[in-house]
Amino acid sequence: MGELKLMKGNEVIAHAAMRCGCDGYFGYPITPQSEVMETLMLKKPWETTGMVVLQAESEVASINMVYAGASCGKKVMTSSSSPGVSLMQEGITYIAGAELPCLLVNVVRGGPGLGTIQPAQSDYYQTCKGGGHGDYNLIVLAPASVQEMNDFVDLGFELAFKYRNPAMILSDGAIGQMMEKVELSDFKPRWTDEEIQKISGSWATTGKTADREQHIITSLELDSESMEKINHRIQAKYRKMEEEEVRYEEIQCEDAEYIFVAYGSSSRICQKSIEIARAKGIKVGLLRPITLFPYPTKAIAKLAERVKGMLSVEMSAGQMVDDVRLAVNGKIPVEHFGRLGGIIPTPDEIVEALEQKIIGGK
Amino acid sequence: MADIDIIKDENIVYKKSKVLTDNVMHYCPGCSHGVVHKLIAEVIEEMGIQDKTIGVSPVGCSVFAYNYLDIDWQEAAHGRAPALATATKRLMPDKYVFTYQGDGDLASIGAAEIIHACNRGENITVIFINNGIYGMTGGQMAPTTLVGMKTATTPYGRDVELNGYPLKMTELVAQLPGTCYVTRQSVHTPATVRKCKKAIRKAFENQDKKIGTSFVEVTSTCNSGWKIPPVEANNWMVDHMFKFYKQGDLKDSEKDNPDDYKKFIE
Ligand SMILES: Cc1ncc(C[n+]2csc(CCOP(=O)(O)OP(=O)(O)O)c2C)c(N)n1
Repeated sequence: MGELKLMKGNEVIAHAAMRCGCDGYFGYPITPQSEVMETLMLKKPWETTGMVVLQAESEVASINMVYAGASCGKKVMTSSSSPGVSLMQEGITYIAGAELPCLLVNVVRGGPGLGTIQPAQSDYYQTCKGGGHGDYNLIVLAPASVQEMNDFVDLGFELAFKYRNPAMILSDGAIGQMMEKVELSDFKPRWTDEEIQKISGSWATTGKTADREQHIITSLELDSESMEKINHRIQAKYRKMEEEEVRYEEIQCEDAEYIFVAYGSSSRICQKSIEIARAKGIKVGLLRPITLFPYPTKAIAKLAERVKGMLSVEMSAGQMVDDVRLAVNGKIPVEHFGRLGGIIPTPDEIVEALEQKIIGGK
Repeated sequence: MADIDIIKDENIVYKKSKVLTDNVMHYCPGCSHGVVHKLIAEVIEEMGIQDKTIGVSPVGCSVFAYNYLDIDWQEAAHGRAPALATATKRLMPDKYVFTYQGDGDLASIGAAEIIHACNRGENITVIFINNGIYGMTGGQMAPTTLVGMKTATTPYGRDVELNGYPLKMTELVAQLPGTCYVTRQSVHTPATVRKCKKAIRKAFENQDKKIGTSFVEVTSTCNSGWKIPPVEANNWMVDHMFKFYKQGDLKDSEKDNPDDYKKFIE
């Protein structure tokens, strides 16, 4: 049993980073995630694990610091919230294009623009459908608890290095700010230079020794034929992720006639909605995507064969609902319910939406 | 003397640095980039740090610097090289880390990154190629374009009312306590090439001393962008660029003010 603590989601990100052997964190303050860097600065991991922590001059700089750290084969990360993550998009597509592993955390707040500092899930499109330019995807993990904030730091790095692709924890202001019981991971040492050589020695910029060719980290290739090949190679990784890395949770789906599809905070609220609905005799279950990319398309398609309708519950104007509809492919009605601008829906509102949009709407 | 005699070791007075690759450079005839590449390669070879040097290349004509210097490279997004160098040096403090940037890259889109890297006193070397123009994209105005100078986006000459004033980045970073060595050089004559090489060497050696950022501007020509042939371009640079971009050392912490230097390393 690891160390049990009562902590904020954001603080836990910092602790998980220090405990998983992270080499560097580069960030810029923004609400509601500033506790990540504040906690790191307070804990001074450079004196214990040797982890580098730096407050950058902007999110543009911090993501490019991450790009460089990842180029060196180091475990590096950044965290921010929506407006800051928008600013990082250039760097993120370069990182994906150069096929580098790193961990990004977005503690989402309501937009558009400067928006609000309250929780939202309105960055789904940006995170899962591009964000930056070019054909690329992030590995996207959606924590629904403070415990998963801890667990996904390690998992995010693991997947990022497995596929040499950036991984993002797509959290929100509620998960970032709320305090819950958490079992912190045990301390893992940072990788030694020898371990880095073993893991990333074939590509990382660690200095060109006489026994090898130079290593160049770049996303540039002016020859179209070659650039197409690179794209195909990157796409092949995504197809492999879709086969091997889909993670989701099904709650009370066995006898369900209706399904909520929800991730993160919304999925927590939906669990209460299930209780309320079932007390009324409505058999509803929850499919909670844990990976938003790769998306649990097959699991949703399978459920669509035996349930009557699905409600995608998101704190957005309806973004993930597109992927639910693609998975369901017209077999059953799929609708969206969400509140906007930083408002968290109540369990009752969600049940009401199910009754009106799906059950009554047939 | 037969060829075979000439290539005997004792007869060789000059040869291509081993750190330069055999790739044919894509630079236009007369361009300063190639000369500066050569100098960096020679410094790296002479210091014996090929296996410890990480270069960060910019977006601009020198985006392909990695094809010419046989070291490990990171290719940065436009302007972001100092952020990359910051992280690389902090994560691997025993490596020699340098950025190589044009004036659009460093003084315009990357102005924030360079100022903050210098102000943090990152222990890195910055090579700044100031040719007063955007070479790669076809000769548009750079922040460093001289007043009155014609470019693709200042077809009637740079007008202060419309475009503001040319930016002296080198003077600017010299004022920051984080920089330890700031100098302005050129490579248009054998003598200036030799001086420039010394400056680059010093800028790399400073990384051993951990005394802050070393910044070497090389005032340069861009024949294609300026639309002036190589020899005339050199003259034009001396007559016009040098008047505004004064040549020589702007700051040498160790020499200028030993107390400042001591304070800095305390
Ligand atoms: C974000 C972004 N904006 C614009 C460009 C287009 N671009 C490529 S190189 C360049 C200017 C480079 O000029 P400079 O830094 O002076 O270097 P030079 O080519 O003169 O050596 C620009 C604007 C780009 N690649 N990325």
